[in-house]
Amino acid sequence: MRKQLMALSAMTAAAALLLAGCATPTGTDGSGELVFDVPDVPMLEALGDAEGSVDIVAWSGFVEPAWADTFTEETGCVVNRRVAGTSDEMVQLMRTGDYDLVSASGDASLRLIVGGDVAPINRELLPNFGDEIVPGMQGQLYDTINGKVYGVPIGRGANILQYNADVVTETPTSWDIVWEADSPYAGQITAYDAPIYIADAAVYLMYHQPELGITNPYALDETQLAAAVDLLKQQNEIVAEYWADPVAQITSFLGGTTVAGTSWEILRKLTADDRMQGTLPQEGSTGWSDAWMISSESDSPNCAYLWMDYTSQADVNGAIAMNFGMAPANGAFCETSDEAAAHCEEFNALNEEYFENVWYWTTPIEQCIDGRTEVQCTSFQDWTNAWATVKG
Amino acid sequence: MTAISTSATTSPAPRPVPTSKPVSTLLYRHRWMRLVGLLSLPLTWLVGLYIVSLALLLVTAFWYIDSFTSKVIPGFTLDNFILVFSEPAYINTSLRTLGIALSVTLLSALFAIPLGIFMAKLASPWVRAVLAVAITLPLWAGYLVKILAMRITFTEEGLFNWLMAPFGISGPGFSIPTVILTLTYLWFPYMALPVYTAIRQIPVNLFDASADLGARGFTTIRTVVLPLLWPALIAGSVFTFSLSLGDYIVARFVGGANAQMIGSIIASNINLNPPVAAAFSVIPIAFVVIYLLVTRRTGALERM
Repeated sequence: MRKQLMALSAMTAAAALLLAGCATPTGTDGSGELVFDVPDVPMLEALGDAEGSVDIVAWSGFVEPAWADTFTEETGCVVNRRVAGTSDEMVQLMRTGDYDLVSASGDASLRLIVGGDVAPINRELLPNFGDEIVPGMQGQLYDTINGKVYGVPIGRGANILQYNADVVTETPTSWDIVWEADSPYAGQITAYDAPIYIADAAVYLMYHQPELGITNPYALDETQLAAAVDLLKQQNEIVAEYWADPVAQITSFLGGTTVAGTSWEILRKLTADDRMQGTLPQEGSTGWSDAWMISSESDSPNCAYLWMDYTSQADVNGAIAMNFGMAPANGAFCETSDEAAAHCEEFNALNEEYFENVWYWTTPIEQCIDGRTEVQCTSFQDWTNAWATVKG
Repeated sequence: MTAISTSATTSPAPRPVPTSKPVSTLLYRHRWMRLVGLLSLPLTWLVGLYIVSLALLLVTAFWYIDSFTSKVIPGFTLDNFILVFSEPAYINTSLRTLGIALSVTLLSALFAIPLGIFMAKLASPWVRAVLAVAITLPLWAGYLVKILAMRITFTEEGLFNWLMAPFGISGPGFSIPTVILTLTYLWFPYMALPVYTAIRQIPVNLFDASADLGARGFTTIRTVVLPLLWPALIAGSVFTFSLSLGDYIVARFVGGANAQMIGSIIASNINLNPPVAAAFSVIPIAFVVIYLLVTRRTGALERM
C-alpha cells in the first residue's frame, strides 16, 4: 500500500501535467499539410564529447536512480532531475533555459516548438529510435512539425470509461451514461477537472452530432466549442464530482460517491478493487502521449542526446512505462519478459487498433489543426475561460 | 535591538559619551539611524516583497497574453476585467464565494461566543485547559490532512452517512454546505482564540452587576458581553472571512460539482493566462477592502 501511495503521489504530479496535453488523431487527417510558423532553430549535426551532466524536467516517475545511475556509469553524464507538476510548469521551466530536456506531453509540446524553446532532433544520432518505436507514436502533430522531428516518444495512454461493476452491471459500450441527462447513474458521475476535458465532449459530439462538423476534438470553432460547452453544462447536472487529483478520484470511486466516469488504466489498477472496470467505448476517447524534447538553449546537448537514446532502449523505456503505468513507446520491450508482456497487454501497448480511436491531448490553437482555413479555431485560453463557465 | 532601546530610554539630558560603545553612541546621536535600524527589515519585507509583488501582479491584469505561447505581453487592455464582469458564471462564482466566506464567518462566531463564555467564566481550570487544547488541536494537523479527513467523513459510504443511517438521514455529500463546514473547521481557531481572550478580560463583576440590575443571561450577553466582544469578533472575522475568500482546495476536494470558488478560477488561469488570473484576484481584494471599511465604520478596528 505504501508503495502504491508513493506511486500515486508521483502519479498525481504527472497526471496534473498530463492533462494539459493535446492530441491529434493517429495520422488520418492529413496533418502533414499543416504548416506552422516555427522559429528556425538548428539541430545538432554530430555528437561530441559528453559534457558531464544533463538537467531534465520530467514527470514524476520518469527519471529514477534505478536507470539514471546506469546511464551515468555508461556515459559519465550526471542526471539532475526536476519534477514538474503540470504542463504549464514545464513550459515555464523550459523557458528559463536552465534545462536540457523535458518529458513534454502533447499539450506542452506544440507551445514549446512554436515558442522556439525546443530544437529539432537529429534522428541519426539516436540509433535506438528505430523501427521498434510503435507506429502510433511516430510522426504525431505534437512532435513533428513542418517535416521536422521534435520529440522522442516515451509512452502513451487512453482516457478510459471506468465504472463500478457492482452498480453498472453491463459493460457500457457508449459514453452516453456520463453525458446524457437521463443517465441511470445521474448524480454519481465523475468527470475530469480541466479545460482539456472539453475535448472529451467534442469526441462524443463528433460521433453523435456529425452535423456539427467536428473532425478533430482539438480544432473547435466557436459554434463547435459552444456545443461542447452546452453538453458539459448538461453533464454538470449529473456529475457528483470533478477530479483533478488521482487520489481523490480513487477515493471517490471506492467511497461510492461516483460509479462511472473518466479515468486512466493506471488509476483503475491502483484501486486494487475487482469491482472497478474500465472500457474504451465506441465513440473513442481522448488520451495522452509524452516525448522527450531538447532545449534550444541546451548547455549539454551531447548528454541530452545520449539520454534520449538510452531511454529509447527497450528495457529502459519499459522500466519508465512500468514505473509510471503507461504503454511504452518501444514495442520491443513487450518481448523481453513475461512480466513485460503482461504489462503491454494490460496497457494495450501494441494494439494500434485500440489507439486508433484515441485523440492524444493537443493544445487547441487559433489555427485549426484539422486543416480548415476558412474559420478561426478557439485557443486554449478560450477553453480555459469556457471551462470555468461549465461549473458556473 | 538592545542597543537601540537602551540608548532611547536613558536620560534625555546630554552627558559624556562612553567611548566604549560606539554603536550605541551613534544610534543615540542620530534619530534617523535608530528608525532605519528598527524599520528597515520589516519595511523591506512589507514593501519590497509584499506590496511590490502584489502590485506587479495587479498590473498584469491590464496586460495581454499571446494565445499560443501563453507569454504575457505588456500593454493596456480592459478585456480581462470585462471578461470577469460580463460572464454570468464568473459573477455567480464571485457571489458564491462571498456567500461561503460570510457563512463561514457567521458559523465560526456562532460557535465561538458560547464556547468562549463557557471557557472563560464557567469551566474549571482543568476543563478550560482541555478545551483550549481542543480548539487549537486542528492547528496541529496539516491543512490538506484536515481537508482529506472531511472528505472521508462526507463521502457517500463515509462516517457521517454511516452514523446517520439509523435515523434515516443522509449527509450533504460533496456540496457547498460541506465546503462551509470544512472551511469553518479549518479557520475556527482563528475566531475562537481572540473571542476567548476577549471574554477572559471581561471582569466578572460586570456579570454580577448586570445580574443585580435584573438582567437575565441573554440580556447580559447582548448588552454587556457582545459590545465588549465586538473588536475580537471583528479581528476573528477578518481571518475567517479573508482566508475563506481565497481558498480553493476545499472546494476542489469536498465541493462536488457546483462549488467553484474565485480561487478555483485564479488557479486554473495562473499559468496559462496570468492577466485573467490577476483581474480575478481583484475581486477578493475588493471584498476584503469593503469589509474592512464597513468594520472601520463600526469603530471596531480602533479598539482592536
